[in-house]
Amino acid sequence: MSAAHQGDPRPLSPHLQIWKFHATMVASIMHRATGVGLYVGSFVLAAWIISAAMGRSAYDFVFAAMMSIPGQILLFLWTLAVTFHFANGIRHLMWDGPRAGFSPKTASAISVFNFAFSLLASAGLWAIAYFVKGGQS
Amino acid sequence: MSASRYRTPLANARGLGSAKEGTGHFIKQRVSALALVVLVPWFVISAVLSVRGGYANAIDWMSQPLNAIGLLFLSGAAFFHMRLGLQVVIEDYIHKTGMKQSLLILNSFVAIGLFAAIAMAVMKIWIGA
Repeated sequence: MSAAHQGDPRPLSPHLQIWKFHATMVASIMHRATGVGLYVGSFVLAAWIISAAMGRSAYDFVFAAMMSIPGQILLFLWTLAVTFHFANGIRHLMWDGPRAGFSPKTASAISVFNFAFSLLASAGLWAIAYFVKGGQS
Repeated sequence: MSASRYRTPLANARGLGSAKEGTGHFIKQRVSALALVVLVPWFVISAVLSVRGGYANAIDWMSQPLNAIGLLFLSGAAFFHMRLGLQVVIEDYIHKTGMKQSLLILNSFVAIGLFAAIAMAVMKIWIGA
């Protein structure tokens, strides 16, 4: 503790290393991590839309990259990030708007729910993508 | 002995702290989030259902007026929200002034540039259809 802090009665937040593991902490860290991940993922979204405007050969190139095995793994991570950031983002809106869900039990339960939602919704989206017949060309 | 000893009475009355702003950022982040609550599920489900199967399907989908305008709304709200979000991340972790300012400027250029490029692509497909 440096001299500048002495005599300052305000409580200090605990240092990062002595935080106990809890669900809301993981949800908070993942909200930021998925946010940054989605920023990077938006480059792929942009490439996909812009290539469609450029023509068939550009589109086929980008689409083939997205549908390759590494591409599909990244897309799956992207769906996990979208669904988690979406669910946890709604929780943030409930915190900031109606100020609901602040009690520790509720907050932890919603954190766990958000992770489960992310896994189930991503699995559901990929199941639709694989098994429900879409349009052809 | 309070810190306000060094501040003018006007600064104390305004009570804005050293940053002078932040409420606007907070509100913008949440209003764009509200738009994305609607737009993101629409896009993800549409993309999964309608856009599989290659170029012709993608063009068909993007040239529907509602889909085209939905994509403009989605990319507008998303890049606006992303720029605000990454700005906070940069401000939290990068403390060297030059690097911080450079990354903040780059963040703005990337977000606005990608939005402009996507908007142009969507308009081209929609008008050209």
